[in-house]
Amino acid sequence: MNVKLTMEIAWSLMLARWKQTLVAAIGVTFSITMFITLLSFMTGLNQLLDSLILNRTPHVRIYNEIKPSEVLPIQRVRELDGYHHFVHSVRASTAREEILNSEAILRAIQSDQRVLGVSPKASAQVFFNAGNVDITGVVNGIDVLAEAELFHFGEYVVAGSLPDVHKLPNTIILGKPLAARLMVELGDIIQLTTPDGERYQAKVVGLYQSGLQDFDKTQSFASLTTVQKILGKSPSYMTDIQVKLNRLEDAPSVAREYQLLFGTEAADIQTANAQFDTGTFIRTLIAYAVGVTLLIVAGFGIYNILNMMIYEKMDSIAILKATGFSGRDVRLIFLIIALGIGFFGAITGLFFGFVLSSIIDQIPFVTEALPTTKTYPINYDPLFYLIGLAFSIVTTYLAGLFPAVKASKVDPVVIIRGK
Amino acid sequence: MAIPVLEARHVSKHFRDPIDVKVLDDIGFTITRGEFVSVVGKSGCGKSTLLYVLSTMDTDYEGEIWIDGENMKLKTHHELAHVRNEKIGFVFQFHYLLNEFTVLENVMLPALKLGRYPREEAAERAMHRLKQLEIDHLAQKAANQISGGEKQRVAIARALINDPLIIMGDEPTGNLDKRNSEIVFGIFRQLAEEFNQTMLIVTHDMAFAARTHRTITMEDGRILLT
Repeated sequence: MNVKLTMEIAWSLMLARWKQTLVAAIGVTFSITMFITLLSFMTGLNQLLDSLILNRTPHVRIYNEIKPSEVLPIQRVRELDGYHHFVHSVRASTAREEILNSEAILRAIQSDQRVLGVSPKASAQVFFNAGNVDITGVVNGIDVLAEAELFHFGEYVVAGSLPDVHKLPNTIILGKPLAARLMVELGDIIQLTTPDGERYQAKVVGLYQSGLQDFDKTQSFASLTTVQKILGKSPSYMTDIQVKLNRLEDAPSVAREYQLLFGTEAADIQTANAQFDTGTFIRTLIAYAVGVTLLIVAGFGIYNILNMMIYEKMDSIAILKATGFSGRDVRLIFLIIALGIGFFGAITGLFFGFVLSSIIDQIPFVTEALPTTKTYPINYDPLFYLIGLAFSIVTTYLAGLFPAVKASKVDPVVIIRGK
Repeated sequence: MAIPVLEARHVSKHFRDPIDVKVLDDIGFTITRGEFVSVVGKSGCGKSTLLYVLSTMDTDYEGEIWIDGENMKLKTHHELAHVRNEKIGFVFQFHYLLNEFTVLENVMLPALKLGRYPREEAAERAMHRLKQLEIDHLAQKAANQISGGEKQRVAIARALINDPLIIMGDEPTGNLDKRNSEIVFGIFRQLAEEFNQTMLIVTHDMAFAARTHRTITMEDGRILLT
């Protein structure tokens, strides 16, 4: 079958009813535009919300849990195998938060191919002294540069200087609401007390805001050596080793492996933040469901218009058949019309979807909770455009198929004799 | 010796809805090359039904129809469409042009479908046919902007474009005034005499039939005279 001729006939039939054709195409355009905009915006928001936690969370966190040993001394006595013991209320003793042999573990992790980077951490419970009031809080001793590179630490420091806390001794970055409670500003000296009663003074060189108000009320950051000094510990003292992997999906298996290898606890990001995955999944699902519904409605529009066109063009179909076009050719003509509407509707829809999401991307969106966000977030994932195009073509094909089959079955004798 | 172009062998047809009626009863005849045949009969005698069965568009019949030495019973719908395209030209009572196209395009369409000639040559041949029927000045007009008589002449040009084996007409002058009927009949006779074109025309116009080479008279689904 001559494709060019079929296209020409399809094109002429479309032109003859160009208003209806345009309305059908606009239906597709509108639905694709909304599909793209909705998904770009929804997933943009998803990424923003997820990054609030995920960016700052290590993929694998190695730490020591304070807990009683799993095997009690009485269980080690061979002669008592198979007996029941009555040791109740077992408690942990000689509590150590420290990771044993931490430097060797650090080296081992750094040489692992799957690891993007590693950052040690030592956190200490302290009391911040504000006049007569003590405020409980945490000082996180971190490797500032590694933390900035791996966990975007710098993005959340809203005032002051990041290098200062790295270079200068006895400096600290306070959570912004914490600083407000302590009534201190940049450059002020604060005093803090360790649980052991040691007093320590530090200079405020930065303010930190994560967007989680309750978190910021208690947190502060200092260099690892500063915290080791506060606690009076050696330079190998660390309570957490934070690992960022090349592939997020590897986290559970790597965590299990490290747990066995180093004899410590190891938590992976998926287990720690399962609710974020669920939330993201549900929001994306809703976006797709709405987008697909829009497309199906557009599909019904195309179905209607083609059906009408076929009733109007009965004579033309009959004459085409009488002069040698087979049912197959006629079906192809109407399928081309449907796919033409779908394709051009989809292309313009993708374009307008891009334009609309770019416009949303320019709308200011400033909120206390999200210091790094200035405009509404948009995710320009090319996958959405591909899905939009593919789905619109499939929908219009199906919408065109039934009318096209009906057209191919038109009996020319009935039409020609029926006049 | 006369070459058979179209042959009907024991063709019968029933209308089953609403009641079983035998509209064609054991029809048999042969049309040879160059013959100008008319089929006449009263309304409802089955002459149009016979034409549509012969045209391959209506496949619901008993018996056999042979066109150009091939049995139409054995062909698929797709192959029958090709036979119509290549070997049969139609002229209907109502002119049935495609209103979305110009006159020239209407004439070209079966040729483009057949694909025997490239587009330029098809256009040339279409122009030649239009000239032959003295309507070449209408070539670029839209099909719905010309008069009834002109439309019927365009339809004849379209029927001729692929040099068909046979032209079939269903009351081609039935919807035309006296003057246009004369013009159209003149064209048919010219085709028969000058170009030796085989034609089978169904008509109820006895004057028209009288001027053809041969007249088949039908009554109640049977052939009375041939």
